[in-house]
Amino acid sequence: MKHTLSVLVENNAGVLSRISGLFARRGFNIHSLAVGVTENEAISRITIVAQGDDYTLEQIAKQLNKLVDVIKIRSVKEEELLSRELMLIKVGCAPDKRHELVAIAEISGAKVSDVSAQSVTLELSANAQRLAAFEALLNPYGIREIARTGVIALQKGANSLNT
Amino acid sequence: MTTAKALVKCLEKEGITTIFGYPGAMICPFYDELSRSNVIEHVLVRHEANAGHAASGLARLTGKAAVCVATSGPGALNLITAIATAYMDSIPIVAITGQVSSEQIGKDVFQEADIMGAAEPFVKHSYLVKDAAQLPRIIAEAFYIATTGRPGPVLIDIPVDVQFVEIDFNPENYQDSNTPPDIRGYKPSVAGNKLQIKRVIEAIEQSRKPLICAGGGMFAAKRGKFAFEAMREMAQHADIPVIHTMMGISSFPTDHRLYCGMIGMHGKATANRALNECDLLILLGARVNDRAIPALTKDTPPKIIHVDIDPAEIGKNLNAAIPVVGEICMVLAQILETLPQKKHNEWNAYLNKIKSTVSGNEKTAENNARTDVINPREFYKTLNRLLPRDTVITADVGQNQIWTANHLSLGEGGRFITSGGMGTMGYSVPAAIGAKRSAPEREVIAICGDGSFQMQFMELATAVQHDINIKVIIMKNDRLGMVREVQKLRYDNNQTAVFLDGSPDFIKLAEAYGIQGERLCEPSNIDKALITLLASKQPYVLVVDVDAEERSLL
Ligand SMILES: Cc1ncc(C[n+]2csc(CCOP(=O)(O)OP(=O)(O)O)c2C)c(N)n1
Repeated sequence: MKHTLSVLVENNAGVLSRISGLFARRGFNIHSLAVGVTENEAISRITIVAQGDDYTLEQIAKQLNKLVDVIKIRSVKEEELLSRELMLIKVGCAPDKRHELVAIAEISGAKVSDVSAQSVTLELSANAQRLAAFEALLNPYGIREIARTGVIALQKGANSLNT
Repeated sequence: MTTAKALVKCLEKEGITTIFGYPGAMICPFYDELSRSNVIEHVLVRHEANAGHAASGLARLTGKAAVCVATSGPGALNLITAIATAYMDSIPIVAITGQVSSEQIGKDVFQEADIMGAAEPFVKHSYLVKDAAQLPRIIAEAFYIATTGRPGPVLIDIPVDVQFVEIDFNPENYQDSNTPPDIRGYKPSVAGNKLQIKRVIEAIEQSRKPLICAGGGMFAAKRGKFAFEAMREMAQHADIPVIHTMMGISSFPTDHRLYCGMIGMHGKATANRALNECDLLILLGARVNDRAIPALTKDTPPKIIHVDIDPAEIGKNLNAAIPVVGEICMVLAQILETLPQKKHNEWNAYLNKIKSTVSGNEKTAENNARTDVINPREFYKTLNRLLPRDTVITADVGQNQIWTANHLSLGEGGRFITSGGMGTMGYSVPAAIGAKRSAPEREVIAICGDGSFQMQFMELATAVQHDINIKVIIMKNDRLGMVREVQKLRYDNNQTAVFLDGSPDFIKLAEAYGIQGERLCEPSNIDKALITLLASKQPYVLVVDVDAEERSLL
């Protein structure tokens, strides 16, 4: 099962290596990991999507908590999860097909970010299912390259992780 | 003052009087200042790993953090085994390493090693000191982190240029680690949850066959105050028998009526039977690892109370019905407040009967009758009789460790120290040196094999140089005994790479260091040899000839 963990950490050099080292060492499977500073620039938020049963998830959270640089961890429940991932997708495209791609982008809520004679690059921010559907739609045109940010997430509602 | 001087002052303020270390260019500014301290004595070891092990031995005996020091690159790398060994046994050491100059870091210059990165899996926390002004805060944090919560090693890496920087620091204003520094991500729990304590009491009240299992956590004392007295009170008050893991040896007097011995694959039958038949198992600071668990395999496992400072240990190896996260001294005090007085006559009588009949694994060894070698069991019998009650024994790794764990019987106040989690050969002699430094009045004896002795005998020089009067007992079987045994049992007796031919005459070797010694091969001489060893006012080496085919379980 997939789990989303929201982790607040000290914005120090070396924090990421401590965290990724811990995952590797203990055999935890990371699906995606995204980092960025928070409203407090001394603190970063890491969003980790990890694979595992409840036991594994509990161990991940407990072992992460032992790192001195880790300030707070929350495993966000599926139904409370507001999650997004940004995907850039470059599709091979001759000029006569361009309008088709623009139409797909429009119905999918994606943006056209770059156009060249032989390609179109689209941009979509969405949850995992929508990204997958979007990718499937574009597949017939010939996908040249994809870049994804990894999932970032917040809990829905007024609650926040910081104190 | 310079950062190097500030470092010395901070260490003095933390109550450090001994540092084990080995210098090199990148830690020279610190050594220069250290030489002017009237408080701290530097003990020059002969290999950096042994600086770490010696610090570990000292920390284990005092319950306080101890310090080891090495230079950059190879010096720091040599420390890693010791850091990892301390990590696995949750021992509070503060390791200080020199590093190449800040502006050269990352350029693969001479003697540069990324020690922060390399040691990362084995430290509780680590610091690279970039901003000299932060040093006092870092030192206080390091000592605080090393000793609180689940103790463990903390590494401080200091580039040589930083050591020269002048900082504005007044030692009088130093906030030592007794005042908890405010670290956002580090707030170890101290007291057990009240509701859980109530459930513990209820469970003890209902239990007919309760059992306490003590682990290394019993020695993870807060500020030098150990938990084993509280545990004894608990056991006696509620009439609960006590077993322990290898790490828990000497947390309970072996001659106590409630004592049932060590569990595990190398443990005592009474302890393993008790574990299998109890209806309530109270784990005190024991993580119960893979070597200890096999006994716990029946279909209807007991109810488990797990007291541990580290939430991550609870539920990792065993499912606990009642987890209690907290400092062991504190939790035991909480339990004692409302612990009911109980009697478990039937249960204890049953265990005592097993104790007297099976007497552990002690079937008579076949070679008991040989008169040209020493039977380890007989040797320990005499040793137990002659040792002062508060003796400190450090055991190495291998058969000598299992023999010691199983047959050593320490009195009240005695202490057993070994590398339990990592099983690091070469631990016993430096650990004994560290222990003896902190308790010069106590008898401190290292017991090792002839294999492991050759990984650490250079430290005899350290003992001689610094008048550290340790005794060393070498159980000599001319083999890497434990590996030989594995080869015999699992590899069709294909004995390979376990013969120690070419070893020196250990007595002559000791003499070369100016140390006296004796070789013991006749059973009738055991008494005399041990009396001489104990009477020696200087370091002493006793070589005990043991049959090469001797088994670990006697
Ligand atoms: C540093 C290190 N290397 C290798 C081992 C693997 N090992 C475990 S026990 C053992 C044999 C130890 O031989 P010796 O010190 O002579 O003790 P004995 O078993 O004969 O009592 C070895 C090699 C280890 N534990 N530590």
